[in-house]
Amino acid sequence: MSAPSELRIEGLRAAVKGRQILQGIDLTVRSGEVHAVMGPNGSGKSTLSHVLMGKPGYEITGGRALLDGVDLLALAPWERSRAGLFLAMQYPIEVPGVALVDVLEASFAAMGHDASLVPSSVRAEAERIGFDDKLLGRALNVDLSGGEKKRNETVQLAVLRPRIAILDELDSGLDVDALRACARRIESMTQADGLGVLAITHYSRLLTELKPDVVHILAKGRIQRTGGPELAEELERTGYADYVDEEPAAEPAKARVLDPSAHPAASGAAFGDAFADPFADPLA
Amino acid sequence: MVPLSTLTPELARTLPGPSWLVERRVAAAAALERRALPSTDEEVWRYSRIADLELDDFAPVTGPVPSLPDAAVLPAGARAALDAVPERAAAVVVVDGAVVHVEHGDELRAGGVTVGRLAGAGAGAEALGAVTGEPADLFVAHNDAGTRDPVLIDVPAGTAVAGPVVVVSWVTADAVEVNDRLVVRVGEAAEVTVLDWQGSDDVSALCLPVVELDVAAAAHLRYLSVQERGPQVWQIASQVSRVGRDATLVSVQAALGGSYARCRADCRLVGRGATGNLSAIYFGERDQMLDFRTFQEHVAPDTTSNLLFKGAVSDTSQSVYTGLIKVDKAARGTNAFQTNRNLKLSDGAWAESVPNLEIENNDVRCSHASTVGPVDDDQRFYLESRGVPPEVAERLIVLGFFREVLDQFPVPQVAPLLRDRIDARLGRRARQEQES
Repeated sequence: MSAPSELRIEGLRAAVKGRQILQGIDLTVRSGEVHAVMGPNGSGKSTLSHVLMGKPGYEITGGRALLDGVDLLALAPWERSRAGLFLAMQYPIEVPGVALVDVLEASFAAMGHDASLVPSSVRAEAERIGFDDKLLGRALNVDLSGGEKKRNETVQLAVLRPRIAILDELDSGLDVDALRACARRIESMTQADGLGVLAITHYSRLLTELKPDVVHILAKGRIQRTGGPELAEELERTGYADYVDEEPAAEPAKARVLDPSAHPAASGAAFGDAFADPFADPLA
Repeated sequence: MVPLSTLTPELARTLPGPSWLVERRVAAAAALERRALPSTDEEVWRYSRIADLELDDFAPVTGPVPSLPDAAVLPAGARAALDAVPERAAAVVVVDGAVVHVEHGDELRAGGVTVGRLAGAGAGAEALGAVTGEPADLFVAHNDAGTRDPVLIDVPAGTAVAGPVVVVSWVTADAVEVNDRLVVRVGEAAEVTVLDWQGSDDVSALCLPVVELDVAAAAHLRYLSVQERGPQVWQIASQVSRVGRDATLVSVQAALGGSYARCRADCRLVGRGATGNLSAIYFGERDQMLDFRTFQEHVAPDTTSNLLFKGAVSDTSQSVYTGLIKVDKAARGTNAFQTNRNLKLSDGAWAESVPNLEIENNDVRCSHASTVGPVDDDQRFYLESRGVPPEVAERLIVLGFFREVLDQFPVPQVAPLLRDRIDARLGRRARQEQES
């Protein structure tokens, strides 16, 4: 194992199109640690991952992020990768006509590593998490299922061997077997290679496989609480009600409208009436 | 009347060949006097650089054609093009409009396959112009009048030619007009693959090539053209095809060269169940303009056409794509698709894309799509987040964009060459950006 690493986030603030999303994040992840960042929708979880990796479209309005003392926010995304940061994306991008191996070889070459090691490393890592060999030849993420995309992200993570990995909703779209395979691979990297993990997730599902050392609750752009694994269990029981201004009623309502028979107007009243008053609750 | 060019009936009479060919040229030259230069007011010339053309700057190549076999040393570029496809079935090299080299195996000859000079072939008179018919524009008419030494590939019914037939057209002379003509006839249920490589030295020439592709019932023709003219060349090309009952034409163009280089492709599906698959890749750099006009004409019922043109423009280069799917009244059961995608790699570059439909039958499935835009930011970020520097990420994405067509090349061994050519252009671009 190489010397321990540290991702130190201090007072990080960021805005999108003038709207402040991150209101000052403080967080430190060290080699071998797994930190979970949990939070309700719209709390700024994905923004945090994007800002750390340098996705265009975000304005840093304060604070800093250091990886082993290197100011990440001053670097281009590929330089952040070279500095040892990796982001497993929530929605991995399809890149038509570009093979996984070509990308990783280009990355190795840019880092001054021996690119000829890439194909065998990719094959070994794919086998390790049950990612079908046949899929390796496909263009990046093109015609892959949600679960296959996440396995693909995990293969890349394992081949690139970063110091710190951010997992943005790694569990979304993953079936139980894939989740276990990916989580175990990452867990083993924390132990064998001292990988530090910042796992961003809405549900505690991931954390039954990838055991967190620290759990943070992110809401309204701030870390509201930090605790041990028991905090995730508590959230499982109570939900995020304590961390949002009000129950997010909009979502269940949308789901009910999808079933036309549940709509009161469906029982006989003309649909036109339901929309006569734009402020009337159609479900009342 | 102001003469359009030096291609007069008197000059046409001096061009070599049998009397039927000479008379045909003279008649075509006489008809030229009644034609005017097109203008950008016509839809099919809109956006083009036709107004910049000075026909009188170029003199048609004249003089006798060499006797064959000729031991003449081929221009280095033409030799390299031949060498790119070592396992070829046959080959013809045309230099400045004259056939100078023919390779034609005994086995093919015994099978009745013609590859070589059209003028001396028994079927020559019947084949020349059979597909083009009335010239579509002034430049096809020019070719009729000035074609010096047309080439014929004639595959008799039921014959499958193994390996590609390679035609290399090379230009070495300055200030000339070159009217290359290639006629490919594929008999019933016959099969052949043709590679048409168009190049030149760094000369200022006007190239007006015409290609006729005649695909008889149940036949298969796979045609690949590689346009790699020098940076000063003006090219106005025409490709006309006729596809018969249950026959298939696959036509792929790769266009990189020229100052202004245009190709008009007319694909006529005249037999029931005919299929025409047309695709192209193009990459413009510096101030060149690459200009494509396509016509998918569904004449017979149950015909299918698929078109996929993908291009990129860098520096201050420009590209034009305009395409028409035309479905005749009789062409029920037509499937016609047309897709044109363009990557704009520099602020100063410009791409025009105008797809069109003209449908006279209700029982059809048609779609068209066109896009012009820069390299996708999300794709670039994804690759960069894996540690790939931006200029390398862009190269990978652009090469990936072209791969869809490169993977369909009828002569697969040419695909890596074109990929390398494009990669070299991307590399030059990246270096320039670093320096500036």
